[in-house]
Amino acid sequence: MSRQNSARADGKKVSSELFTLTYGALVSQLVKDFENDDAVNKKLYDMGYNIGVRLIEDLIAKGNVQRCHDLRETADVIAKLGFKMFLGVTPIVSKWSPGGDEFSLMLDNNPLTEFVELPSGHDKLCYSNILCGVLKGALEMVQMDVEVHFVQDVLHGDDTSEIRVKFIKKLEDAIPAGEE
Amino acid sequence: MAETDSVFEFLHMQIVDYIKEVHGKENENHATSVLEHIGFTVGQRLAERFTKETARFKDDLDVMKYICKDFWTALYKKQIDNLRTNHQGVFVLQDNRFALLTQISEGEDDNHPATQYLSLPCGLIRGALANLGIQSIVVPEITTMPMCKFTIKIEK
Repeated sequence: MSRQNSARADGKKVSSELFTLTYGALVSQLVKDFENDDAVNKKLYDMGYNIGVRLIEDLIAKGNVQRCHDLRETADVIAKLGFKMFLGVTPIVSKWSPGGDEFSLMLDNNPLTEFVELPSGHDKLCYSNILCGVLKGALEMVQMDVEVHFVQDVLHGDDTSEIRVKFIKKLEDAIPAGEE
Repeated sequence: MAETDSVFEFLHMQIVDYIKEVHGKENENHATSVLEHIGFTVGQRLAERFTKETARFKDDLDVMKYICKDFWTALYKKQIDNLRTNHQGVFVLQDNRFALLTQISEGEDDNHPATQYLSLPCGLIRGALANLGIQSIVVPEITTMPMCKFTIKIEK
């Protein structure tokens, strides 16, 4: 059988190519549908949010994570467990703010952008913005209100991709309507 | 070890939702064709990458076997369970437990709404075949969840 090796021994790699290419097809569809980069970014963020609120359950179920007691622990779990588990990469946590309420995730190789080159005229398009939405949604489910955005992106010519995460407040357990 | 399966599943659901919302308002068929088109472009690219070092295929059946075994395994970590053909250009690929359907509940009526989750995979097959030189029409069918059939009709 001459064709035996063709499926590639590395099955993980292949399914991540499916993921990367499908994501690319989605972005190009959004760009066609909206014709405005800001609207595309917004939509990607919203989709990411919807994914994040579900993905967190997966992470907690499979990752055997305990409750985090401070933001440093949270950042560690996001980078070493979350990103590793779902995207197969481990970003570096750095650039802590003096107050310890802000940090950056440095992504040397962003798997989403593996085959991507941005055409000119999309200066404002934040291609991987879905990741910000995922982080926002996932952290909201563990009662953390955060602000997430890209500050650097290799697709726009920066040396590295950087996601900035800012902790805003702890979300309190909501009291159901009608109860005191 | 990357756990991309659930990520892909979630992404796929979001895509289906989005396309239905934007393109399916007036006409559901339009949403289906957009989804299929997305799958088509992805399938084309995947086939191109996967078969880079593959020997030339002998005939249509050979290509179809490739899709059932290697291509399917690469995407869904299992082979197609049953391949049938009438030797006149119609092939039926049956997957007894299709990955994208396993998380969806059975539903009560017979016209499975889950069929919408098969448009993109249909496009994937069609795109991969197109890249290997076969023009085709692919129609999905769910009989009992999570089993599904893809009927491929080769266009001469």
